[in-house]
Amino acid sequence: MTAAPRPNTWSQWPDANGRFGEFGGRYVAETLMPLVLDLEAEYARAKADPAFDAEFQDLLKNYVGRPSPMYFAERLTEHFGGAKIYFKREELNHTGAHKINNCVGQVLLARRMGKTRIIAETGAGQHGVATATVCARFGLPCVVFMGETDVERQKPNVFRMRLLGAEVMPVSSGTGTLKDAMNEALRDWVTNVANTFYVIGTVAGPHPYPMLVRDFQSVIGREAKQQILEAEGRLPDALVACIGGGSNAIGLFHPFLEDEGVRMIGVEASGFGVETGKHAASLSGGQPGILHGNRTYLLQDENGQITDAHSISAGLDYPGIGPEHSFLHETGRAEYRTCTDAEALEAFQLCSRLEGIIPALESAHALARTGEIAKELGPDGLIVVNLSGRGDKDIFSVAKHLGMEI
Amino acid sequence: MGADRIAQAFAACAKEGRAAFVGYLMADDPTPDISLGNIQALAAAGADVIELGAPFTDPMADGVAIQKAAQRALAAGGSLSGTLEIARRFRIVNTSTPLIVMGYANPIHRMGFSEFARRAAEAGVDGVITVDLPPEEDAPLRTELARNGLAVIRLATPTTTEGRMARVADGAAGFVYYVSVAGVTGAGVGAEADIAAGVNRARKASNLPVAVGFGVRTPDQAAVFARIADGVVVGSALVEEVRAAVESGQPESSVNRISVVAEALSNAISSARTLRSVH
Ligand SMILES: Cc1ncc(COP(=O)(O)O)c(C=O)c1O
Repeated sequence: MTAAPRPNTWSQWPDANGRFGEFGGRYVAETLMPLVLDLEAEYARAKADPAFDAEFQDLLKNYVGRPSPMYFAERLTEHFGGAKIYFKREELNHTGAHKINNCVGQVLLARRMGKTRIIAETGAGQHGVATATVCARFGLPCVVFMGETDVERQKPNVFRMRLLGAEVMPVSSGTGTLKDAMNEALRDWVTNVANTFYVIGTVAGPHPYPMLVRDFQSVIGREAKQQILEAEGRLPDALVACIGGGSNAIGLFHPFLEDEGVRMIGVEASGFGVETGKHAASLSGGQPGILHGNRTYLLQDENGQITDAHSISAGLDYPGIGPEHSFLHETGRAEYRTCTDAEALEAFQLCSRLEGIIPALESAHALARTGEIAKELGPDGLIVVNLSGRGDKDIFSVAKHLGMEI
Repeated sequence: MGADRIAQAFAACAKEGRAAFVGYLMADDPTPDISLGNIQALAAAGADVIELGAPFTDPMADGVAIQKAAQRALAAGGSLSGTLEIARRFRIVNTSTPLIVMGYANPIHRMGFSEFARRAAEAGVDGVITVDLPPEEDAPLRTELARNGLAVIRLATPTTTEGRMARVADGAAGFVYYVSVAGVTGAGVGAEADIAAGVNRARKASNLPVAVGFGVRTPDQAAVFARIADGVVVGSALVEEVRAAVESGQPESSVNRISVVAEALSNAISSARTLRSVH
């Protein structure tokens, strides 16, 4: 007798070719292909090695400061008058965002592989700061590629990276934002294949990156599940997270994917509005295409040229999205909504005043959609919002947008 | 036509006891008309095979010279359709020089693999190099190209191990493009002995001709590669002539500049193996 085929599960992806349904894959130049295959093999060995996980867990606990709290946002709940709202407080991590979870994991992998030089791309500078931090901790030289435009609007983080000993390379090609930084990091990697490890900051890039970044970030969702069960004795009705490439969102969502009753809502940045063409909402305003190693939804014109993303938030200013989100979108397992610059600014201020927590502008996108979701669910509902980062880095640009001098 | 035209060009060079000169230019750089003039000049100066770059906003395997060329082409309204239009116009006046479209996956994906293959064949294109479609990912495009008689040209690199070379060779057509150095286009050139070893790895795995490219700038360098491989690809050095012409304020002067540079490269490649002068 043959056993019935195992039913598909949401969490079994990607397949052996690095695909989430029709998305993902390994669209890289031949020079990099042997490297990504190597990385995949080494990651499989690391995953099976209890010593690797022990070191990862130890650093998450004692260096990053995990577990991050699950906080009942009482006044925000009251303000919206709907479902109970909890914050998963990733902004309390060392360096102030979820990004460091992934950096610790990847730098440990790099060490395992004997790599002696780390490169990374960054938009808002949060991933760059987190990478520079972990590199300082391990004495590894670190080069961070950052678009010229972003260097200008994220000066505090540029200084932080330099303070941590990293070399910040401003990228002037293209539009000088995150996608150009990623192009330049790929060019560096292809040139320095022997000694260099590329720490990608979100669930993008060629397989196995979207998988391994997700796995390292899934600590968010695993903790959240346990914490909300302890606090409320049940699973939440909805999870809400902002989407740049999608790493904080998938980190929260993934451990809940098999729990069919839990809705997942990703919030893309719609800048001045999707209809204006000045936005960063790849699912809501893009089409499937191939960029930076994977097949996914992209902002592009009718000739397949990549178009510029726009968001008030440098961390969301990317014309693509992780392939697993494209898959969850097409299958309907997750929902994706949008939030404009103006709505994010409003939520930024609301959260600061009502909860005494200044959120990152990225996280403010998730908060901006939380009110309507709370009302949709009603007072019996339960929501967990990923507060992916703190907003200290954003106070200068927010002040400028509000017409204030500091 | 198609893969056959590529095979004939390499066979003709082999018969003459020399390597093929493969020249690269970006389509629509700096304008469609000048670009057409440039590739005609390249063929007239002795290029045996022409690679026509299709501009893309995010050319992550290219160095500064070709990045800038893509930006000039895009600013002039360049696109994958525009690239095929240049090919079509070239084919009207030249039926012997193979044309290879070299570009990135997204514009082709957007046009649709089958639509692209059909239109490329109609335009007189013979082969396609898609930098970010490694063997593991190129099957959907390869099938469509093969249906139209076009070759998928595969890249082999210093990181392509002997074991992996079989994977690169399986399904390859036209020629194997050996990338001389781990890096982007226009970067430094690899060590001669390493390149010879790489070309040999490729030859062991495939019966196709092997051309070497990336980093070849001068006639002397071209001559060195012409002794090692079946073909020598020159790109950034030609593209730089277009840049210089544009910067001089006389973009149409790129035709003459390319003639001069291409002739020198062609002569160096032709005479490399005989070691005696032509006269
Ligand atoms: C605080 C914060 N949240 C979210 C993001 C967006 O990235 P992702 O979608 O990968 O979580 C960033 C990126 O810089 C960030 O700094």
